[in-house]
Amino acid sequence: MKPRKQRMLAIGLSAAGLIVASFLTFRAFEENMMFFVGISDVVERQKIPTNKDFRVGGLVVNGSVHREPGSLTLNFILTDNKNELKVLYTGVLPDLFREGQGVVALGRLENNAFIAKSILAKHDENYMPPEIIESLSEHTSDQL
Amino acid sequence: MIPEIGQFALIIALALSFFQGWFGLISAHNNNLKTMSLVKPIVNTQLLFVIVAFAALSYSFLTNDFSVLYVANHSHRALPAFYKFSAVWSAHEGSLLLWVLILSCWTIGVAYLSKNLPEIFAARVLGVLGLLNFGFLLFTLLTSNPFERLWPIPFDGNDLNPLLQDIGLAIHPPILYIGYVGFSVAYAFAVAAMLSGKLDQKWARWTRPWTTAAWLFLTVGIGLGSWWAYYELGWGGWWFWDPVENASFMPWLIGTALVHSLAVTEKRGLFKSWTLLLSVTAFSLSLLGTFLVRSGILISVHAFATDPERGLFILIFLTIVIGGALSLYAYKAPKMDENVGFNAFSRETFLLLNNVLLVVATTLILIGTLSPLVMEVLNLGKISIGPPWFEIAVMVPMLPLLVLVPMGMHSLWINQESEGLYKKLRFPLLAAVISGFVITSFLYGRVGLLLTIGLITALWIMFASFVSFKSQWLLFRSKQSLNRSITGMSLAHFGLGVFVFGVTIVSAFNIEADRSISVGNSISVAGYEYKLNAINEVDGPNYRAIEAEIDVYQNNEFLAQLRPQKRTYIVQQSPMTEAAILAKWNKDLFIALGDSLGNEAWSIRVQYKPMIRWIWIGCIVMALGGMIAISDRRYRKKI
Repeated sequence: MKPRKQRMLAIGLSAAGLIVASFLTFRAFEENMMFFVGISDVVERQKIPTNKDFRVGGLVVNGSVHREPGSLTLNFILTDNKNELKVLYTGVLPDLFREGQGVVALGRLENNAFIAKSILAKHDENYMPPEIIESLSEHTSDQL
Repeated sequence: MIPEIGQFALIIALALSFFQGWFGLISAHNNNLKTMSLVKPIVNTQLLFVIVAFAALSYSFLTNDFSVLYVANHSHRALPAFYKFSAVWSAHEGSLLLWVLILSCWTIGVAYLSKNLPEIFAARVLGVLGLLNFGFLLFTLLTSNPFERLWPIPFDGNDLNPLLQDIGLAIHPPILYIGYVGFSVAYAFAVAAMLSGKLDQKWARWTRPWTTAAWLFLTVGIGLGSWWAYYELGWGGWWFWDPVENASFMPWLIGTALVHSLAVTEKRGLFKSWTLLLSVTAFSLSLLGTFLVRSGILISVHAFATDPERGLFILIFLTIVIGGALSLYAYKAPKMDENVGFNAFSRETFLLLNNVLLVVATTLILIGTLSPLVMEVLNLGKISIGPPWFEIAVMVPMLPLLVLVPMGMHSLWINQESEGLYKKLRFPLLAAVISGFVITSFLYGRVGLLLTIGLITALWIMFASFVSFKSQWLLFRSKQSLNRSITGMSLAHFGLGVFVFGVTIVSAFNIEADRSISVGNSISVAGYEYKLNAINEVDGPNYRAIEAEIDVYQNNEFLAQLRPQKRTYIVQQSPMTEAAILAKWNKDLFIALGDSLGNEAWSIRVQYKPMIRWIWIGCIVMALGGMIAISDRRYRKKI
């Protein structure tokens, strides 16, 4: 193969690869993008992605965690200090899940309650997910 | 006193690295042999002072000198001595110091091991490495001084993050950094070649062992990180597509492409400018990884340090390093390529495909990693990209690549007759197809499309490696010396096959269940019985723990007792899950203890992970292959 042909081959292959890649990117991106939605946005029904999982985050309200003894399912209330959202979850909780702590839940809204598939609380006592800080600070001025 | 010595040593090392860069580059430019001869002594002294600084920080940790802010933040009297030492690189400041130390070690390695380099060329390489080290030392001293003092001196420290009190995380960063930083050597070789305007096959021969060395450390480092995340984070996954993981995976992919393109440049004198570009890119991605992790721009489990000032510095440094090399590239590279031909069906073509596919995979991961940032900056919403996306994005370019691997391994340079290749590979292919179907349908009882393709591909790569093992064995038996290049290359690909095998099986057949279990009762997951005997309280050196005593049975036969813990570290009061794992060559049984659910019941997460060990074993075998390839005699010959 002559050098010019080589170059054409290389360019052609890269172009084909990139076309497939970008097609894939944009198609699958849509499906796999997970939005973070503030609690007030959820409660006041503004921007909820339909038919898609999304994430909400806030503080676990003190005294709101309930579970039937012996059951893996529990429910609790998340707040952004303005609105509250009831969350249902079945499974093992992360280490740092605690009342008064910030958590992020991933799941969907059903009948005014958030059905969480997974719960994230970060591995650091002082760490607060930036999304939560922001969504809290929209409703509280000097608490954080 | 000791911390001041450390700080002083760092300042001297900064000055020395500047002179190393200056003398290296200027004397090479002016062809001044007198100043050129100063470069090596400077390299020695520079390393000496960096070692002094590193030793000073280690000493402060081991002697509990809490007047040093960094020590006070990351250590504690009750911390076991081993973790006091590994705490040196547990956070930003110290890991930068480690980075600098490793860069100085690579530099001295180049200075003394590459004796066959022409003097001018060596001076340029050492000069570029000196300037890189200057940048990092400046960064350390200006924004992240590990020796900063604290007043008043606290009685005790804040302790090391419990997640990091673990052997896996003690050794993972140094190994990973050796890999990251190692690509700086390839970068320096590339810049030196562009400065001299000459790039021949000898250049590729000098660069290859260094690049392979960096690559193999990166392989082991990433593998260790994955292993650590698996048992320590308590979720049982081995890869999370976390931005920090991606930051290490991207240089690995480009490094892999570079290792292959260097082979073409060495053997055939082709792909020269492409090889240069990859050398620059591999190191740039290492730096980008540092930027992403250290600037705190990403939110992830790994991002322990946050500071915008640091981010800005790295960004400027990144611009100089990448921008400088790329402008040099634009100016010089077009004149370097040679006009040599090769056939469309040849090893060159396979390696070209390898490079294209690896670059496509890297580009996709880069897009997935950076797009949440871009979206946030553009105010398009806060998003995250889920693992399913990355899985598709990597599989699309990687699956064809894996299928092509055996053909690339066994094809000839310049021109390959298709019949010869078919003769060589028909048995491995047949064996792979048959055993692939047998394994999926009989051993695991399910045949899925992707599963079967993945498995057959993995076996196809492994069996194809046996073809070269066999020919090497025949050489060995007839008392001839082995071809270490081919042996190493085949072993590395065999490791890749092992890795793919593990990944395929574990993703298809892993079983995970969250359950409620009470004392005296048992549950059954994936054919194994788990009986909770008791819940005990136990004390560690610096933590208290609740420990579950769980007996594992298979077909009513006792297998093992597992003791997962829920620890509370006393100083930071942070709870942590310590999973218990029953590890066998063909499966892991993984138990993590959750919370008390009331009524004497506890939540536990039980996982069955078939063939997961093969993932890490594959990484080790790949690295071993690299090691054997480096030991090839032709790299040590004087030319």
